[in-house]
Order: sequence, then C-alpha cells, then structure tokens
Amino acid sequence: MTTLRQRLVPYGLMGPGLLWLALFFVVPMFFMAWFSVSSGSLEAGWSLTWTFSNYTDAISNYTTQFGRSFLYAGAATIFCLLLGYPLAYAIAFKAGRWQNLMLFAVIAPFFTTYLIRTIAWKTILEDSSPVVSFLKTIQVLPSDGRVLATSAAVIAGLTYNFLPFMVLPLYASLERLDLRLLEASKDLYASATQTFFRVTLPLTAPGIIAGVLLTFIPAVGDYVNATFLGGVNQSMIGNVIQAQYLVINDYATAAALSFTLMIIILIAVMLYIRFAGTEALMGDEEEASA
Amino acid sequence: MTLWQRLKDNATLYVGLLVVFYMLAPIAVIALFSFNDPTGKFNFEWVGFTTEYWANAFDNQEINDSLWLSIRLAFFTSLGATILGTLIALALVRYEFFGRKAANLLIVIPIATPEVVIGAALLSLFVYASASLGFTTLLIAHIMFSISFAVIVVRSRLIGFDRRLEEAAADLGASPLTTFFKVTLPLLLPGIAGALMLTFALSVDDFVISNFNAGSSVTFPLYIFGANQRGIPVQVNVIATMLFLVAVIAITFVILQQRRAEKLVEKRADDDNKASVAIPI
Repeated sequence: MTTLRQRLVPYGLMGPGLLWLALFFVVPMFFMAWFSVSSGSLEAGWSLTWTFSNYTDAISNYTTQFGRSFLYAGAATIFCLLLGYPLAYAIAFKAGRWQNLMLFAVIAPFFTTYLIRTIAWKTILEDSSPVVSFLKTIQVLPSDGRVLATSAAVIAGLTYNFLPFMVLPLYASLERLDLRLLEASKDLYASATQTFFRVTLPLTAPGIIAGVLLTFIPAVGDYVNATFLGGVNQSMIGNVIQAQYLVINDYATAAALSFTLMIIILIAVMLYIRFAGTEALMGDEEEASA
Repeated sequence: MTLWQRLKDNATLYVGLLVVFYMLAPIAVIALFSFNDPTGKFNFEWVGFTTEYWANAFDNQEINDSLWLSIRLAFFTSLGATILGTLIALALVRYEFFGRKAANLLIVIPIATPEVVIGAALLSLFVYASASLGFTTLLIAHIMFSISFAVIVVRSRLIGFDRRLEEAAADLGASPLTTFFKVTLPLLLPGIAGALMLTFALSVDDFVISNFNAGSSVTFPLYIFGANQRGIPVQVNVIATMLFLVAVIAITFVILQQRRAEKLVEKRADDDNKASVAIPI
C-alpha cells in the first residue's frame, strides 16, 4: 500500500535538480524568444514589439552561414561515421590485447582542453608545417596553397573534435551485438560483405543514429573550429550568434538566429526520440524496472 | 596463411589503429610543443628544445589566476551537479511516477541542444534580469549543463544495483536512513565518483557557454581564447600536458579499482554457484 507521502518521494528527490533545469534551461528559452521579437538597443533598452521581421531579416542575411554550418557539420558527421565505424568495430571484435589502449585513445582527447586540441591542429596545418610541405611535395596542394583558412581545415577540425561522440555509441551497440547472428548468417552462406550490410549494420542502427545526433548537434553550433582553423569565408552560424550577442550586442538578431537553430535541431531530435526513445541517448537500452 | 590473407583479415584493425593515431597526434603535438623554444610570441613553429617552460610552469600570473578560477568553478559545479543528478537518478530508477516521460525529456534535451544556444539563452535571461555576470552566473550555467551527464552516469550504476542488499539491511532492523547511508550510498560510490569526475572535466573544459556568461571573469579556456590573438605562452602547453597526465593517472587508478571490485564480485558469484542456491531475480 502506498501512502500519499510515499508517492511524493520521487518528486521530492527530483525536485531540486529539475527545478534547476527548468529555471536555467527552459525559462531562458522564453527570454530568448522574448528578445527575438523585441526591438531596441543596449543603450535604450529593449521592449517587446512582436517584430517577427527579426526572423526573416536574420535568416535572409545569414543564409550563407546557416547553409555552411549544416554543410560542414554534415560533412564532419559523415567523416566521423566513416572513420568511427571501423574503429569501433576494431575495438569491439579485432583489438584483442590492444582493446583497452584503443578505448583509451578514443577518450584521451577529453583529457586535454578543447581549445588547445583545436590549436594543436592549427600547429599541424600551419603553412610551414611538415604536413603541409608533404602535401605540397606529393602535389596534393599547389606550391602556394594553404590548408588553414579553408573549408577542409574546419571540417577536419570538427571531425577530429567530435569523433569520440560517434565512436562511443557505435562501440556500445557493437559490443551488445549477438555474435551468434553473424555465425548464423555465415552458416546460411552469406558472404562477409552481405553479413555486414544485412545483419551487422541494421542491428547497430540505434548506435549509428545516436552517434550521428551526438556529432551533428554540437558540430552545427560550433564556432571554435571556424575561428581557429577557418578564415572570414568559413564563418559558421555559431560565429554570427557569438558576434551578435557579445560584440555587436544586437540581441534581437542573435536571439532570432539561436532560436531558429534550436528549432531546426529540436525537430530533428523529436523525430529521433519518436523513432528510438530517450534510452539510446541516455546511454543504455534497458529501462529501469523498479 | 599468406601475407595478403593476413592483411585482409586484419584490415579493420589496421584502419582502427590509423584512426587511433589520428586521435592521439594532436595530443602528442601539444606535449611536444611544451618543450619548444619559440623565437617570437607565437608557438606554432618548432625552433629548439628547452625545458625552461616546464621549470617555470607557473610563472605567468594571468594563467595561474584563470586556472585557479576554473578549478574552483569545476569543484563547485561537480559537487552541485552530482548531488542534484544523483537525486534525479534515484527517483528515475527507483520509483514509478506520473511525469516520468517529461522528466526524461527535460534531462535529454539540454544534451541535444548546441552549446551556443544554451549560452545565448542564459545570457538572454541574465541580461533581462540585469544580473551582473561573473562567478555566480558561470556556476549557474555550469551546474545546468552538467546535471544531465551526472544523471546518466549515476543512473547506469543504479540499474545494475542489487536491491536485495537493501532488503537485507531492512530485515536486520536498519531504518531507511541508516540503510541509505550504510548500504545504498557506499554501493553507489563508484557511480558518484564517476559523475564527479565527468562533471569536473566538463566544467574545466567548457568554453562556449562560459564565453557567453563570464562577464569579465576569465576561466582557463577563456584565457586561451583571448591569448590566441597575441600569442599563446608555452606555459599553456605545459599545463595542458600536466592536466592530461593527471587525468590519465586518475582514470588508470579508477579502472584498476573497478577491476579489483569486479574480480571480488566474480569470486563471490562463484561461491554462490558452488552453494547451488538458485535465487530467482
């Protein structure tokens, strides 16, 4: 028999934490929405004027940066998947005594500061660096070409920085794979390629989707890689939002841009949650059976 | 087995090792350039070897101040987020209640939101409320984005929790509070320690959200961002390498502890099997 008091226990436990999230995640979204349809300036103050043209202006002025963000983040996500899947597969099935070392390598970047890692790439891709000279020697790059301040550099940086977010969910889903299914497929005369595309890949789809979301979402809003590795022609929507908020102090435009970005991503996540549930993003499949 | 056959069988492993090299190369570059002796103020080109900056790692007052701020911030963030997160995890795993879906959603959505949006939204709130930006706003923001991660780590530990141990304590006459502090909490400790470490690391590393809500406070990542224009001192590489080594030592220690605990559990499970008592779960 549960008394009212007992039924209130979970609310008491969750209360403080969820209140924090409500106050400092949900409520700020409303204020951002408020700014996005306001007009004014830092000096004169801001007032709610329901200026929806903030949105149309912001989107039409920064279509290029929006497009670039989705293009770069999309490319980085594809590269992460192409690099991450073999790595996760190798760690799960082929690594043997290398397994722990390889897992360590995946999380090692987290032990150094994000900014310093990105600056390390700047060092690697500097105009006079050995890597760039090598690329010039093998004629991949013209002798006056450079790697920094190109789209390629920004995409490479994004790929590097978000690769662990792809590998970890992939590894988790590969590790759970029932190996007997692969044997069954082999017994039924499927080739290795057939087995991979018709058994392994579909069964690890939840891991792929989680990895894609966890890579794409932070990449699309990122402005660190574009700042350090790109030039003026590589600026992404994150750079614009940052500059509008912190340099130009045009809160209305900045809020309209952030809100647009948020809504696009929210729609994608909602579709995903409908499809896969919150469990895969929370890190495990089995729901609590309390 | 021919060489070709062997290459083919291990192809994925070789590709995997190449990717590992890709992951570790920048870290090696950071460590290498902590021994560089740059001629100008920019530390991008290799000039010559010196241990000078390791000897004078903490000579730069600006770096020290920012590092100290980051450490204090991360300390309070990890404490706050882990306490709030553990309580949420307990509620989610242990109780059936109305609104579970909404609670799950509120925890997942911040993870699925780009940092730039979180930072911008918080700044909107602070600007609207005319709050002065500084340590307090940073702490509010850092706890906010860390809670979800703390919940996930503690939750995964709670799901594998043997509740019979708590029942045993209750059978032996322990009050719910005694049971919590003497049984539940010690068993949860690895999860809590994991959450503390993860949220500490997230806080120390955070740049984007801090960029929006720091005001004139300068955390370590914010210092690096600012210094980028005028040249980053070699000490930054030294400190980054130190932090990396500390993290590696800490994680090795945790893994070794965990292995010991797992071996202990395996041994006990074996003993249980020998007694051939089948306990229905």
